[in-house]
Amino acid sequence: MDAIQQKVVQEKIDQLANKEVYVHLETTNGAYASHFDENAYNVGAFIRNAQVSYQHGKIVSTGGSYRVGLKLDLGWVYAEGLTDYEIDEKNRLLMAGHDREGRLMVALEISETPFSHEADPDE
Amino acid sequence: MSKERVVVIFPHPDDESFGASGTISKFRDEGVPVTYLCGTLGEMGRNMGNPVFANRETLSSFRKKELAEAAKQLDIDVEMLGYRDKTLEFEPRQQVAEHLKKRIESLGATIIITHYPGYAVHPDHDALGAAVIEAVENMAEENRPQVWMHAISNHSEQDLGKPEIITDVRPYWERKLAAIKAHLSQADGMMSLIEDHDQASEQLERLKTERFYTYNFQ
Ligand SMILES: [Zn+2]
Repeated sequence: MDAIQQKVVQEKIDQLANKEVYVHLETTNGAYASHFDENAYNVGAFIRNAQVSYQHGKIVSTGGSYRVGLKLDLGWVYAEGLTDYEIDEKNRLLMAGHDREGRLMVALEISETPFSHEADPDE
Repeated sequence: MSKERVVVIFPHPDDESFGASGTISKFRDEGVPVTYLCGTLGEMGRNMGNPVFANRETLSSFRKKELAEAAKQLDIDVEMLGYRDKTLEFEPRQQVAEHLKKRIESLGATIIITHYPGYAVHPDHDALGAAVIEAVENMAEENRPQVWMHAISNHSEQDLGKPEIITDVRPYWERKLAAIKAHLSQADGMMSLIEDHDQASEQLERLKTERFYTYNFQ
């Protein structure tokens, strides 16, 4: 992944608007947070292969990281803290936010084809 | 010649290296075959390498290769169980147990190494450990392998007392480190985590002994 280029990501978000797309949305602080610090809380959520279509979407800079919002007919998809992006060989828009040690804290990915569910078969 | 046949059952690529690779090496030196039944590809892991080289979609491929490398270092067989990271506790326990029972029987396991359900911190660890117990419970008494359980949680010794099996794995330290380091995307994060919480020496010392509780089937 590379540091987010706002213009490139915005163009990709525009391209994927008003299409049936699959979304992977995730946030996590890891399963060991309260193991290493008993005052910490384990929090996390993910949804994989939510099928949505968004009217329009926008990436907003917060100086250092980015927020992305996608407007659905009946709601929103939202992520904060995104720092890196990649348009991969399957033409999917992958975005993620990492902490200083490179650990994933948040991810938002948009694809026209479903994300793999089982172990990747092209291995 | 020992008649033992060891089957290690954990949910993530790297659990075997952090938790049992010294014990595994000891068995291999004694000529005992060891198979690792790995529950998932760890595809929801948070460590992406440091500096980052994986993303959510490529992580599983990296971890599969890393596991193959660790298995080479430890000279063991690996078979994937095909579950998805973070979701094991939501699968029907009975179904997972049935699946495991078949594999355990076909491998002819005499010793199983797994996590201690309820004391293994990660929900996948707890869930798979519990399914292993259920699988072995469902076997005819005379065919049951021993079950060695790895406890991780901070209060495990307080609750459970001393583990029955305590192995000094310093004679196998090189191999253990090589196996841990094979998990390139994960090891770095773990190592810095250890250092960051100034439990460095304590955590490292912990890795030099491997401790297992044995399950008592009635
Ligand atoms: Zn694990």
